[in-house]
Amino acid sequence: MIESTPILQVKSLSKSFPGVKALAGVDLSVWTGEVHALMGENGAGKSTLIKLITGVYRRDQGEIIYNGEKVNFSSPREAQEKGISTVYQEVNLIPTLSVAENIFIGRFPPEGVKINWKSIKKSAEDSLKKLDLCLDVTQPLSSFPIAIQQMIAIARAVDFQAKVLILDEPTSSLDAKEVNLLFSIIRKLRDDGLGIIFVTHFLEQVYEISDKITVLRNGLLVGEFETQSLPRLELVAKMMGKDLEEFENTEKKLDSAVQVNGNRKNGKSFIQIRGFGKKGMIYPFDLEINKGEVLGLAGLLGSGRSEMAKLLFGIERADKGKIYIDKKAVSGSSPKFSIKKGMGFCPEDRKTSGIIEDLTVRENIMLAVQTRQGLFRKIAKKKQDEIVAQYIKALNISTPSPEQKIKNLSGGNQQKVIVARWLASQPRLLILDEPTRGIDVGAKAEIQKLILKLSREGMSILFISSELSEILRCSTRIAVLRDKVKVAEMMNQDIDESAIMQAIAEEDNGN
Amino acid sequence: MKTKKLLVLCLILIVAFSVSIFSKPLKIGFSQIGAESAWRTAETESMKATAEELGVDLKFSDAQGKQENQIKAIRSFIAQKVDGIILAPVVETGWEPVLREAKRAKIPVVLVDRGIKVSDPSLYVTLIASDFVFEGEEAGKWLVKKMNKKGNIVELQGTPGAAPAIDRKKGFASIIKKYPNMKIIKSQTGNFNRADGKQVMEAFLKAEGKKINAVYAHNDDMALGAIQAIEEAGMKPGKDIIVVSIDGVKGAFEAMVDGKLNCTVECNPLLGPLAFQAIKDALAGKKLKKWIKQNDEVFPMEVAEDVMPSRKY
Amino acid sequence: MAIKDLTRDLTKRIASSHIKWSLIIFFVILLFNFIFTPNFFHIEIKNGRFYGSIIDVFNRAAPVMLAAIGMTLVIATGGIDISVGSVMAISGSIAAVLIAKMDVPFWMVLCLPLVFSALLGAWNGLLVSYIGIQPIIATLILLVAGRGIAQLVTDGQIIVFEHPPFEFIAGGSLFGLHFPIIISFGVFLIILFLFKFTALGLFVESVGGNSEASKYCGINAGRIKLVVYIVSALCAGIAGLIAASNIKAADPNTSGDGLELNAILAVVIGGTSLNGGKYFLVGSVIGALIMQSLTTTILTMGVPVQVTLVVNAIVVLVVCLIQSKNFRDILAGIFKLDFRGLLRRMPLKGGNK
Repeated sequence: MIESTPILQVKSLSKSFPGVKALAGVDLSVWTGEVHALMGENGAGKSTLIKLITGVYRRDQGEIIYNGEKVNFSSPREAQEKGISTVYQEVNLIPTLSVAENIFIGRFPPEGVKINWKSIKKSAEDSLKKLDLCLDVTQPLSSFPIAIQQMIAIARAVDFQAKVLILDEPTSSLDAKEVNLLFSIIRKLRDDGLGIIFVTHFLEQVYEISDKITVLRNGLLVGEFETQSLPRLELVAKMMGKDLEEFENTEKKLDSAVQVNGNRKNGKSFIQIRGFGKKGMIYPFDLEINKGEVLGLAGLLGSGRSEMAKLLFGIERADKGKIYIDKKAVSGSSPKFSIKKGMGFCPEDRKTSGIIEDLTVRENIMLAVQTRQGLFRKIAKKKQDEIVAQYIKALNISTPSPEQKIKNLSGGNQQKVIVARWLASQPRLLILDEPTRGIDVGAKAEIQKLILKLSREGMSILFISSELSEILRCSTRIAVLRDKVKVAEMMNQDIDESAIMQAIAEEDNGN
Repeated sequence: MKTKKLLVLCLILIVAFSVSIFSKPLKIGFSQIGAESAWRTAETESMKATAEELGVDLKFSDAQGKQENQIKAIRSFIAQKVDGIILAPVVETGWEPVLREAKRAKIPVVLVDRGIKVSDPSLYVTLIASDFVFEGEEAGKWLVKKMNKKGNIVELQGTPGAAPAIDRKKGFASIIKKYPNMKIIKSQTGNFNRADGKQVMEAFLKAEGKKINAVYAHNDDMALGAIQAIEEAGMKPGKDIIVVSIDGVKGAFEAMVDGKLNCTVECNPLLGPLAFQAIKDALAGKKLKKWIKQNDEVFPMEVAEDVMPSRKY
Repeated sequence: MAIKDLTRDLTKRIASSHIKWSLIIFFVILLFNFIFTPNFFHIEIKNGRFYGSIIDVFNRAAPVMLAAIGMTLVIATGGIDISVGSVMAISGSIAAVLIAKMDVPFWMVLCLPLVFSALLGAWNGLLVSYIGIQPIIATLILLVAGRGIAQLVTDGQIIVFEHPPFEFIAGGSLFGLHFPIIISFGVFLIILFLFKFTALGLFVESVGGNSEASKYCGINAGRIKLVVYIVSALCAGIAGLIAASNIKAADPNTSGDGLELNAILAVVIGGTSLNGGKYFLVGSVIGALIMQSLTTTILTMGVPVQVTLVVNAIVVLVVCLIQSKNFRDILAGIFKLDFRGLLRRMPLKGGNK
């Protein structure tokens, strides 16, 4: 380090929200030319810290020193103009505008009143080229997959003359290739002298890219560590606030539970799917899920996992094939119909298709139960409270009250509320599409445990995840998808990660 | 060759054009404010009937009480190349640009029943209307006599900005202020319609109660609304509170027969014959007076029964 | 003691609820009248019913209140219905024509306009939910065409009628109260309970909050939207009957003119966000009362005609500013006042701890 002071220094920052102390006396120092990982469970205060730095929220106490002077940004825009750019977890761009417009919105090159679209298009292409992306920048943002949108957001952030780049879980929707691409960019930016704050849940990635780690827990600072000198298990333990031994014990318990689960199989068939498919979404497939079975669905992003789930649940109408429930053919395809038949579906995108922001935790939980009951048989308030209390306890949802608006909860707790919504409707088949994405290690383990518990109790589960270890840990059987085709189905005992990866990758080997 | 073709084409066009001028019947556009009262409907009917009588092709446009609709209508009249335009303006101001367009297209514009404010009076040929100030004065004079030069009056004004509202208020006030014992104690707009007239009168009754001796409404519809409000307050319109209004529509005569309305000043809506004559004169190049006034008449309730059967509207 | 507890509980609930600001504003306007407008609260009995300015406020607010009730639900689903004024005119016109020109039984005079209103609402709902036209455009069609329909029905004339049973709708009274007050509060209670005691309310908020997520929960968003547009048109239809009965005539040109804007304003003043989601029926009713009390105040006080609109605009602006949390925070920042704490402490004086 040549300089003697950090580019960005945060001193004893505090922030409270109604009913929650989100951050209390947190410090953070970011130096130029380093990647600084910010770690912590959901509700640890990472997002709050970032929003305080960038001026989304106003701090209650503490100070922020940037580039040697005290700053007090009143908006992310001001922060951005001063050189602190942020890429958020959810892509915060405007879907209907073109890629070029999105990159330059709010800072069109000052050439008088007229906007020079040609030069904007050119420079948009240039800034994307730095990320090795070649796109038609005149297309609307929404016409690209989320992964690409994320890259565009990063391109936009980098394009500002940034000194500090904040990446808030940028990798959660990227596949391995894209992550590598992103990391090469991050390294380049770091070598160019940027200070980079990197928020993620993926331990692998932290160890691959970061120089230092700051750990938060429950709004408090746990400490700042050199990445090289902090063993992985210790990091996890620090994040979860458990000592190492205890943590290892839970891991063991979990694994033994899996063992038990792996041995149980060949229950009675709950649902049989024959030749189900829809043009442009997924090719016709057969699938059978037994009672009390966890069927894992593996495949790359865009391989048709979510599409399969959507078709099964009736979000989209299949144009081919038949479904048999309890060996009887069923007709009709709508979410309502599926719910009546005993299905539940936690979709992949929590924010757009899961939570209803303005409703309370109670109301969010009650929705599926209520549709199952029907419009006119409203569940009495008292009964609602009972159900809600039961699931808040069972899933360990941390909320000040069931009447809290769900948008005030952390991501992991929101996810648990959605799971609770479906559990409350007591489904026979629960479809979980990436239930552990973007949530912390602790919540992740809890959800995995829950899956196993539910299946033991006789519930069928269709479990979609891009983490192979997770699928292997939880599933009885595993189906593999590639390019919208179901390519393999295997029993769990027979295989390990490499077997699945082979199935996923077969075509790449020049099949 | 080319020039020859062009010449022939020009000839054909000229012939077609002149034929269209001389053989076609007169095409006249009429932009009406709306159909907000029976009075206005009578005016529209008069226009349509006269047009039919004279064999004029009348383009009728109902603006639903909005100036922008009227401006649009006039523009479309100009585009349709009408021979003349009759306009019943909803407000006094804001007409200059569109009238200038009409003037440039050499289309004479005749205003009916309401005046407008323009810096260049040549923008319209003539105004055919009652003298609203005169009407207000007549109503005032009648009331002075009826009330023996003393008492409290409440006033229901027309739509703010409309010429009849402004002039009827002015004419009435000029008479009343001569008598120190007569006072206008409340004045609010009832927007020329019944529901608002009723609501405003209701509020007046609550605020002033028995102090009110008379109501002066800028049109009959508001007076009819006010009569309902007076009845609901447990008083007798026409006796406990004197009601006088302007226009002379059928409903007003009915109310006078019932003894609820004391007096109405007629404002004759049958402007059709005068309007069409004015356009014909203008097209023939005759010089017209800037204001062709109508004769308005006062009808007190005592004569209502006799006059009723002969009313056309 | 029990009553004391109950009132304390009630004040506490109001203090923590969304409608407190609209309530406060309403009371401020009333207080203003109490001080500056003589006889505003003077109530006497005339013709066997209560009579006074304050009664007028409730009576005259009925049409806006009804429209605002329907509008609240539409806005809660993330939509908007700007056709209510036209529907009101159509409903009144049909009733008037039935009475004046056709010899039909009284129940048909009541039912046909409402049935037709419901059909118009269904038309709006279909355009919005099944054809996918944006609500403001879909209802704009009826806003424009509706007035034409009303004029068509009445032939452009004001239809005057005499019909004592029908005149009872606006002119009659029950328990000494004007019948429109009974109607509007009746409709309010029916809607309130219909949406609270079934899951309709929850589903409406859910569809308005996140229509995509609602779909995953098995809620048929299209059908919910259809229902709220029908309810909105029905409310407007009832308002139309009241207006026609009030002046014993149907005025297709001015009846309900601008009603949609007043209703939307009432809803917003009541605390419901135009983005959809949570709705506050009580708030909308208070919003309608605020607007009417303002009108009545202006009329009774004799504010000059030229400035009435300005006065109206200023008060509405102040109301909306006070409703905005951001503005209150800025204000609190300026005056170093802790509004929130102040409010929390007030009802708790001598409280439960």
